[in-house]
Amino acid sequence: MTITAASNTEPIHEGDRGLLLEGVTLRLGDGDTTVTALDEVSIAVRPGELVAVVGPSGAGKSSLLAVAGALTVPDSGTVRADGRDITGLSKRARARFRREHIGFVFQSGNLLGALTATDQLRMMTHLGRGGTQQDVQRLLEEVGMGDKANRRPHQLSGGERQRVGIARALMGRPAVLLVDEPTAALDRARSHEIVRLLAQETKRSDVATMMVTHDHDVLEYCDRTVRMTDGRLSE
Amino acid sequence: MFLAMRELWFARSRFGLMGGVIALIAVLMVLLSGLSSGLVEDGVSGLKQLPVDGFAFEEETEIGSSFSRSRVDEEQLQEWRDQPEVAEAALFGNLLVNARSDNDVPIDLALFGVEEGSFLEPAVHEGEGLGRQDGLVVSQSAVEAGIAVGDVLTVDRLGAELKVVGALENQHTYGHVDVAYLPLKTWQEIYAGVSTGQEADPAVYTEATAVALLAEPGEEIDHSAGDSAAGTMSLPLEGTFAASPGYSAETSTLDLIKAFLYAISALVVGAFFTVWTIQRKHELAVLRAMGASTGYLVRDGLGQALVILVVSCAIGLGVGMGTGSLITGSGVPFLLEGAAVATAVVLLIVLGLLGAMAAIIRVSSIDPLTALGGQR
Repeated sequence: MTITAASNTEPIHEGDRGLLLEGVTLRLGDGDTTVTALDEVSIAVRPGELVAVVGPSGAGKSSLLAVAGALTVPDSGTVRADGRDITGLSKRARARFRREHIGFVFQSGNLLGALTATDQLRMMTHLGRGGTQQDVQRLLEEVGMGDKANRRPHQLSGGERQRVGIARALMGRPAVLLVDEPTAALDRARSHEIVRLLAQETKRSDVATMMVTHDHDVLEYCDRTVRMTDGRLSE
Repeated sequence: MFLAMRELWFARSRFGLMGGVIALIAVLMVLLSGLSSGLVEDGVSGLKQLPVDGFAFEEETEIGSSFSRSRVDEEQLQEWRDQPEVAEAALFGNLLVNARSDNDVPIDLALFGVEEGSFLEPAVHEGEGLGRQDGLVVSQSAVEAGIAVGDVLTVDRLGAELKVVGALENQHTYGHVDVAYLPLKTWQEIYAGVSTGQEADPAVYTEATAVALLAEPGEEIDHSAGDSAAGTMSLPLEGTFAASPGYSAETSTLDLIKAFLYAISALVVGAFFTVWTIQRKHELAVLRAMGASTGYLVRDGLGQALVILVVSCAIGLGVGMGTGSLITGSGVPFLLEGAAVATAVVLLIVLGLLGAMAAIIRVSSIDPLTALGGQR
């Protein structure tokens, strides 16, 4: 099967690494108050590609991340990540899938308050996401946090926290990186640094990155931008 | 335990406060356990050390007053002797009296009347055994209270004079009163209120408080068969402890306090971990989004609870044992029994873990979706 998603130029094949959503519909709420958060959404993100998803609040951007990251099961359509269909998986199997194939970067880092930068990354190994002590050092160096490896989140600036968050998400070499409003809490200069770093890491790690953002300033670093309006996706 | 240990260190002041509460409860548990064992020892150590498996009291005696109200006779003794599983049976007299030594030391005594040569006769540590009719063998605790071998004790009101001929090795007390063994015949005279030197009604010499029973090795006393034959109400030895004055009231009061402390410690730990888990809800959602299994998070949380409980209880145990050793021998009935203290501490830990479990199980209901900002 070969499909062209969201008027992407190159086709994506079943079994390829990367992220592929096909005709995904997600309804939220129940009974009369149902809202269609995602309406027949199809999108493909290839390894090494950084795709930005923009759109107004409530357009369904976070739902898109939730479905792509196996946090929510869509009502219809298929979601493939790293070549596997994740739509039919049980709750437990989805947790395992997230552990093995998906990296998350959250708003303002969402680091664990008790852990140093090094331990934030080592924690991933303990969760079963793989990665070695060498990976921890390498990733912290890559994101420019090598000299602050022993600091805890409250000793780091917002941008530094986000850098650690990116390094953490890349532990265990996920195939898909999902990024939720990474610049929400950052100033302009910091926002550019972070998204530039995300673009670099996407290439370096050959990961399929989908970033949800409000920030139109940083789209220059993205390979592609798609727009979400009322649960529909357009180029 | 990777995260658990780092959180313990990071939030050490919060965990320290909770641990302090648990440690104090553990101290209190150790002291209560010591007091409880001490009171039991003070109440029934005289009974505990009897080579007896059970007692047969007068029919329809209430347990609480069995040693003071019951009266049995030699016919009933004979019936019990005829029971096949009963190896030994003997009349046993128990009477609380006030007395005064010739050095003017006032002392309360539990007079245990036993027949010389019967299996009830105690082994003497100091002086002589039972022999002369007015001879008394007293508990070591009476010696500590100022009674010496050779003293003459006068029983108040009756005026009966008894000579201390020997002392037992250990503390033998009954109802917080020192035990003194004396020949059954003398006991019967005192019990009947006969003045010294007077010969009493022959019926007096056939009665005692209870029939002491000893089963054949490896056998148990058939209480119902013996009771129906002898017309008695028999109890195993432990069952007669409740007959000691104040025994039930003391033990039930202390048991109630202990039960409350167990409940309080479980609730303290449960409340702490409930707040702790709610505080970390967002972090836990992030961990779940990154694929942490419920099992991992629950194990981590319980491990954390176990570490803080074990450390706090160990500190509490140490402080409690230290305080306890200061109390021991100060006149307060206090006895640290390894088994009782260990049970208390282990129970504290187990109940604390259950409290923590009730709180930590919440992680299973935390939705990883809440890790995403903006909420859809």
